[in-house]
Amino acid sequence: MSDQKKHDEIHGVVAYFDDVDSVMSAARKVRDAGYKKWDTYTPFPVHGIDEAMGTKPTILPWIVLGMGLTGMACGLLLQWYTNAYDYVFLISGKPNWSLPANIPVTFEVVILFSAYTAFFAMLGLNKLPHLSNPLHKLPKFRRVTADRFAICVEAKDPNFDADRVRAILGAETSELEDCPVDTSRAALPLWFHAVMALVTCATFIPLSLAVKGRFATSDKPRYHVWPDMDFQRKRKTQTGWEGFEDGRSMRLPVEGTIPRGELRDDFELYFGVAQGAAVPPRATYEAGVMGGDKFEWLSSFPTAVVVDDALLERGRERYGIYCGVCHGAQGNGLGAVALRAAAIDAEQWGWVSPKALQSDSAKGYTNGELFHIAGNGISSMKGYGSQITPKDRWAIVAFVRAIQASQALPKAPADLPAGVDFEPVPTIKDVRLSEASVDAPASGTEPAGEAR
Amino acid sequence: MTITDPSAFGGQPSGEDDPSVRLPLVEGASENFTTVTDAVAGIAEIPVERTNRAWIICFAISLSLLGMLGLLILHLITTGVGVWGNNNPAYWGWPIVNFVFWVGIGHAGTLISAILFLTRQNWRTGVNRAAEAMTIFAVVCAGMFPGIHIGRVWVAYWLFPLPNQMAMWPNFRSPLLWDVFAVSTYATVSLLFWYMGMVPDLATFRDRAVNNTRRIAYGIFSLGWTGSSRHWHVYERAYLLLAALATPLVLSVHSVVSFDFAVSQLPGWHTTIFPPYFVAGAIFSGFAMVLTLMIPARQFFGLKHIITMRHIDVMCRILMATGLMVGYAYSIEFFIAWYGGVQYESFAFVNRAFGNYWWAYWIMVSCNVLIPQLFWSQKLRRNLWVVMIVSITTNIGMWFERFVIAVTSLTRDFVPSSWGYFSPTWVDITMFIGSFGLFFTLFLLFLRFLPVVAIAEVKTVLPQAHAHGEDHGESHSAGGSAAAPASRHDA
Repeated sequence: MSDQKKHDEIHGVVAYFDDVDSVMSAARKVRDAGYKKWDTYTPFPVHGIDEAMGTKPTILPWIVLGMGLTGMACGLLLQWYTNAYDYVFLISGKPNWSLPANIPVTFEVVILFSAYTAFFAMLGLNKLPHLSNPLHKLPKFRRVTADRFAICVEAKDPNFDADRVRAILGAETSELEDCPVDTSRAALPLWFHAVMALVTCATFIPLSLAVKGRFATSDKPRYHVWPDMDFQRKRKTQTGWEGFEDGRSMRLPVEGTIPRGELRDDFELYFGVAQGAAVPPRATYEAGVMGGDKFEWLSSFPTAVVVDDALLERGRERYGIYCGVCHGAQGNGLGAVALRAAAIDAEQWGWVSPKALQSDSAKGYTNGELFHIAGNGISSMKGYGSQITPKDRWAIVAFVRAIQASQALPKAPADLPAGVDFEPVPTIKDVRLSEASVDAPASGTEPAGEAR
Repeated sequence: MTITDPSAFGGQPSGEDDPSVRLPLVEGASENFTTVTDAVAGIAEIPVERTNRAWIICFAISLSLLGMLGLLILHLITTGVGVWGNNNPAYWGWPIVNFVFWVGIGHAGTLISAILFLTRQNWRTGVNRAAEAMTIFAVVCAGMFPGIHIGRVWVAYWLFPLPNQMAMWPNFRSPLLWDVFAVSTYATVSLLFWYMGMVPDLATFRDRAVNNTRRIAYGIFSLGWTGSSRHWHVYERAYLLLAALATPLVLSVHSVVSFDFAVSQLPGWHTTIFPPYFVAGAIFSGFAMVLTLMIPARQFFGLKHIITMRHIDVMCRILMATGLMVGYAYSIEFFIAWYGGVQYESFAFVNRAFGNYWWAYWIMVSCNVLIPQLFWSQKLRRNLWVVMIVSITTNIGMWFERFVIAVTSLTRDFVPSSWGYFSPTWVDITMFIGSFGLFFTLFLLFLRFLPVVAIAEVKTVLPQAHAHGEDHGESHSAGGSAAAPASRHDA
């Protein structure tokens, strides 16, 4: 195609019509003449023109159906992945994945995909947006979107012959014109392409950072987009703040404040001494500091504590939980911890064996002293005041007194009821002997070791 | 009730009541493609300096209210949601009431566009564009309220399943998340539907443009549309598909909104009637809003021959029908509360009508059930003042319906120790007023710059749009002969 010819080149021949009937009749003629690259242009969808033009049905519904099904798969997969696989929601023992609850969102995703497809596939099939159509350059063509009709047979059609087309269309209307090829299309400047290329590349930066953050390791904490919940404008405990005179963020309670449940006005109950007497320090019991008559230790029980079966039962239970592991269930000082400490000879590191509570020295403490020891500790025993309430400590004291009375007997009492087996409480010596007798053969033979 | 049945529109003198005559949808004997185009495009083509005075005043008021709304949102975000009256036990106060109110209004547009399109109700062509625009702007107002209600608006994206550094995902078994999907799908699909319908009309505007600004602006948005019949063929199929997709969507959206309430255990919310009841209420309020907007618009912009008295008549009938459905739902709720035999349910409904919010309940019943009964009278349906007032009271009634559902139930639940009374703050009230500013600002801009009526669609219902050739020689010409006597109903 030579340059000279290009000037004469036309996009197509356009014919204009005033009403539906004439454009339909012309369309049939053009169709029958065997043209392919041609179209009618109307201000509204004309009923029956598809048949007059021989337009084939569009495949759009099938595309929409396909994308609708894709949407269903995506909707289900999204919900399954997020809620049943990657981050499982455990709600009242319900199954991790139950379809009924996922139907509404699946439905919405189906509609979303289908609707977008219907719109964008319509644009795609129609090759829109198409802003540089040469027909837009024709002043007369502008009325086609308002109240006129047009037919354009394009020069691209293999059978195109301008004179023949003019003859066919001229028989239907007197308004004919040639549509010139649009030569005014200005190319976009080079810098525009460069900027767009850069912008396109730049859009990949956030994505690549996200991918890197997903797979690379780092010793820094995770990046929070909104750190307002992590870093709040408040002072945490045990920190300083210049706003207060003492430079501390925490405040002391008002002078004389007594916390809930901390009122200690019953000296017998809370300290194990006579009411109004000197209060022993909250410290580990030391015979030199607290023993003797340095404090008015209670020898009986506080008036607030009623010693009865319920108290003893409570004491037995608490003793079993807190004391038995060292002092032994029977109070003989042979709890599991004590045995283990003896086996590894823990005394070399300063371990003091738990006292056998039936021993005379243990019996020699007053109730008040036992109460203080239970709460504040003695030698290597730590105090249990923070774990056991004062009343429970008194219950333990009562129980200890009971096992001292019942289980420290060297031999069976004469008034032992019939049918009760009496066994003397074993001592650490008995245990060591029996352990030695078990260990000796075990060191030699395999089956014995397994049996143990 | 179809368009082919003239008696559906009433008011035809018996001599003309001939069922074989199809009445014209566009009134006036001399209407043709040119006059329809001029009438609609002319609105958007008025030079700025000759803009309608009423439009300028309305726009100034709306814009001021929108500015107020912006400041209030700033106040809310910088201070916290405590500026609202929401508090224990009424954590869902006005923001949710307003959300449901606006979403409900947003239903008529898609209903008119999609359901009436599928059922071949051709009269819709006069009002569908404006109703769709109303839908989108109402959904914008609706989406705003839950958006700012979440407290930390800057993490609103947590509503969507986006990967995040906490490695957490939203709970898809929550109706609130269904709501996010339903409302956002509805908003985007409505926008597509509206825009797609507008493309050919934007091309008309482009081709009539008198200056380059208009030519370029309308040119870009009309995507190079030429009116090609091959394009129309695909376009019409796409439009039909969108209508078919939007129809179940519009029914699903308010159903899902009702799940927000119905899936909870609260007496007064936990009822199975909620989805259909909400959908009927949404259509009811939506049609009321369409009437409220269309009656002044047709008056000011000279569209009385396109948006005819018959449109208004049909919409009044729909309003009355949906009002009766809503009334049925109110009564069946009472029946089920009694029949179900659950003391909490019975209490909830007796409390609604006679408890401390009795006034809200009876405003609701009178506005939604009693007042629309006026439309049994043809004379009152023809009186635009009556129609206007009823459409406004309907919207007031529907706002109170959502208030009654949300607030009376929350403030009177199972345990009397957790009862309370909700009082709105000044921020609640002014924000609701401000949301009207947002709505009307958008709607007035639409009226001024976009095709208010679907021009191409209206042309298809003109008698001239049908060929008389050998293929289509049937009775399409009937419409033309009956065009003459129709315009006199325009009061």
